[in-house]
Amino acid sequence: MNKPLRRIAIFCGLLIFALLARDNWLQYVRADELNTRDENRRVRIERYAHERGNIIVDGDPITGSVETKGSDFKYKRIWKDGPMWAPVTGYSSQAFDASQIEKIEDGILTGNDDQLFFDRTMSMFTGEKKQGGNVVTTLNGAAQRAAFRGLGKKKGAVVALDPQTGAILALASTPSYDPSVFAGNLNSDTAARQKLLDDKDKPMLNRALRETYPPGSTFKVVTAAAALENKLYTGIDDKTNSPLPWRLPLSTKNLDNEGTIPCENATLREALRWSCNSVFGKISDDLGNDKMIEEANKFGFNKEIFTPVRADASVYPKDNRPQNAMAGIGQASNRTTPLQMAMVAAAVANDGKLMQPYMVAQRTAPNLDVIYTHEKEQLSQPLSGENAQKLQQMMETVVKSGTGTNALIDGVTVGGKTGTAQHGLNNSEKPYAWFISYAKTDNGSPVAVAVVVEDGNANRDDISGGGLAAPIARNVMKAVIDSKK
Amino acid sequence: MSVVTNTTTIGAIDAPSRRNTELGLMVFAILISVFAYANVGLAINGELPSGMLGYGLGITLLGGVAHLVVRKFAPYADPLLLPLATLLNGLGLVLIWRLDQSPRLIQRAETLWGQFSPDAPKQLMYSAIGIALFVAVLVALKDHRILQRYTYISMAVALVLLILPIFFPAVNGAKIWVSLGPFHIQPGEFAKIIIAIFFSGYLMVKRDALALASRRFMGLYLPRGRDLGPILVIWGMSILILVFETDLGTSLLFFGLFVIMLYVATERTSWIVFGLLMSAVGAVGVATFEPHVQQRVDAWLDPFSEKTMAHSDQIAQALMSFGSGGTLGTGWGQGHSDLIGFAANADFILSTVGEELGLAGMMAVLLIYGLIVERGVRTALAARDPFGKLLAIGLSGAFAIQVFVVAGGVMGLIPLTGMTMPFLAAGGSSVIANWALIGILIRISDTARRPAPAPAPSPDAEMTQVVRP
Repeated sequence: MNKPLRRIAIFCGLLIFALLARDNWLQYVRADELNTRDENRRVRIERYAHERGNIIVDGDPITGSVETKGSDFKYKRIWKDGPMWAPVTGYSSQAFDASQIEKIEDGILTGNDDQLFFDRTMSMFTGEKKQGGNVVTTLNGAAQRAAFRGLGKKKGAVVALDPQTGAILALASTPSYDPSVFAGNLNSDTAARQKLLDDKDKPMLNRALRETYPPGSTFKVVTAAAALENKLYTGIDDKTNSPLPWRLPLSTKNLDNEGTIPCENATLREALRWSCNSVFGKISDDLGNDKMIEEANKFGFNKEIFTPVRADASVYPKDNRPQNAMAGIGQASNRTTPLQMAMVAAAVANDGKLMQPYMVAQRTAPNLDVIYTHEKEQLSQPLSGENAQKLQQMMETVVKSGTGTNALIDGVTVGGKTGTAQHGLNNSEKPYAWFISYAKTDNGSPVAVAVVVEDGNANRDDISGGGLAAPIARNVMKAVIDSKK
Repeated sequence: MSVVTNTTTIGAIDAPSRRNTELGLMVFAILISVFAYANVGLAINGELPSGMLGYGLGITLLGGVAHLVVRKFAPYADPLLLPLATLLNGLGLVLIWRLDQSPRLIQRAETLWGQFSPDAPKQLMYSAIGIALFVAVLVALKDHRILQRYTYISMAVALVLLILPIFFPAVNGAKIWVSLGPFHIQPGEFAKIIIAIFFSGYLMVKRDALALASRRFMGLYLPRGRDLGPILVIWGMSILILVFETDLGTSLLFFGLFVIMLYVATERTSWIVFGLLMSAVGAVGVATFEPHVQQRVDAWLDPFSEKTMAHSDQIAQALMSFGSGGTLGTGWGQGHSDLIGFAANADFILSTVGEELGLAGMMAVLLIYGLIVERGVRTALAARDPFGKLLAIGLSGAFAIQVFVVAGGVMGLIPLTGMTMPFLAAGGSSVIANWALIGILIRISDTARRPAPAPAPSPDAEMTQVVRP
């Protein structure tokens, strides 16, 4: 009987061998894949097992962690001034994942990023508790506060940039939300999030980066830049070839101006000062769709921008002649994010050089060692230094003695442009109030701002860029300048 | 058989008893278990567990008694079987105790049944009963050949044990339990031993008839109809278990057991072919009609599909548990294998091994099982009587199949079946029955390795030397 016994022994050996092989396949070969599955709760348990690193503004954290009980997630994220900072930080919820900086910088904040490998290894030896690294932002607390308070109960967004570096100084969006209300894992968190999602005012929409608006008259700055760059006109005080009334091409309609303003053959400076639709519509038509698209693209249109949080692409599309003419005054199919218009103002203020906007200045290890520092980076040169200075003079005239006088700051040179963008079918909706501007000191320009207010409550006739948006821009610029002193 | 063979460690004659080797290994097994217990306590609570002294004394006492009984009643037994079983039982207790500490499982029990009762103390009690049965087997069973007398009684008992659960309500989809007041017994665990005894006795008598009286057909030896009868009965029985008790594991176990023993008894490969054919027919047939079996096959083929996850995410959880363990594991008490929830400390206890001890620990545990099987097969090889050979290979084959079916199911190698990992998993029937199994194997190995008695002095020689007055 021994021969079959030996064969059975081999069979039993094969059974055990099959188990060993399978185990190696599972635990060695497939371990990574299994460990990163969405279904794997360990990923989230691990994420919330340690205090998360902080997001830092002006040297102080705007986030924190609290211990929670009764759940296998040990720490919960909290935010200081949640609604004010939500457009910057995004959220990080035990139940609903994370967004924006909380999501993009998750590796640093949880301490799992490869950049922290050395740090992790060291704390393994010293026995220190695992902790996340920090993200240092470029934001300016005073400017953010001015922007958020300025918007108040109105719907809208503010973006402020440092034109010389591209650093984002303020990024506000209203109505906003407090990410703390659904950071946990309880039924109340689910309910709170659902309430936010159901809100028709969309408080979780980041209007500064993710909403595109018709730019209205603020787009005339781009049109003016296109005119100067393409040498359609060279002197800003030379008369332009602009008849009044000016008929839209291939159309029976005249392009009217708001009120009776001196637009016939107006100079570029005067046309911007009074916001002449007829002058800029004709410039756009004279240059043609391709040249307008080319200039808009140089300012950053038609592609997504990563700050590192993604901003929607602003669009200046291929279009027919009348639409292209209307796009020249920002009233057609071109749409833009507030960030994009802040970039337009910043490029003009920075003598034509457009810098890559960013909001993460540094990443640090838990012990505050800096492991990454952002290097400023030029994105493009939408216009020459010479033309930029011409455009600056024009924008400064707008604030000094044009539609933007509400943005004046004592002792500071301010340039700006108002906009009142009509929208809706046959302009049935209340228009958006726009204002873009920059301030200038002896050391160049420290701040450029774009403000958009979509205020459904205001009386329709009161809505104008200069009235609603310019004061907010002014306060934001003033906050930046004051904090530099 | 030659007097001394070098091919097996169990020599036929004059083999050393190796009792001191066993003692050394027992100390090792107990130390490892106690160390593991301390390790879990330190990992979970940051201090040595308060039950450590009790646990250490308990397992030392049980192991010590078992060793002394082997020393006294089976002095030539295989020295590895007892320490290996003790090690597995000790580690199993630590794993169950570790899962008792899981807040997630405590909460789950409280939500489902209103209260949580830890399994580790119960398991310690069952281990004690198991070792008592082990002692009883060694003390009462002086020679395993006595079991031959009970061939047909064993058959009757096995049939009763297998059919009994049909009359009790299903627990979690499988009718494998008999509930007597507070006691819940899985008769299948005991049936596997008793049925091995029946097969050994039956086949020892019939093996020549089965092996030789057959017709050759297409290169295979076909058995005669009347010899095929019992096989068809067993085949039908395992299918019936599958259908009425929806117990995949037990039917697979019995079928494999029977095929192995038939093959060993008759030395005819044709039996294996028959066995595989019939099990394939049975399995496909039942899988087509039985939704419970279908679900398991679906879960095996795609554990992460939405359909599977909606029904039960156990397999997926077990796989992720193994993945999370990786090569070295998270360490005792530091994994999340309790995410499996139901049966985490029973059928799925291997996931905790996989997660907390990693690939290294899993390989060690699988190799311990492999070693037990190997010692069993060696016992079969060394046994001098056909009954002992058949019984030893039957028991070790059943053990091997059970390990393969459970571990393979948990690791997603084959569809999941409801059986327990011998010694490791929580469950009274399992640990008691497996201790009895080890007891019988030790008894056979003792008989096999016992030195032949010295030749009796020749009366004739004596006569010549006596000077009578």
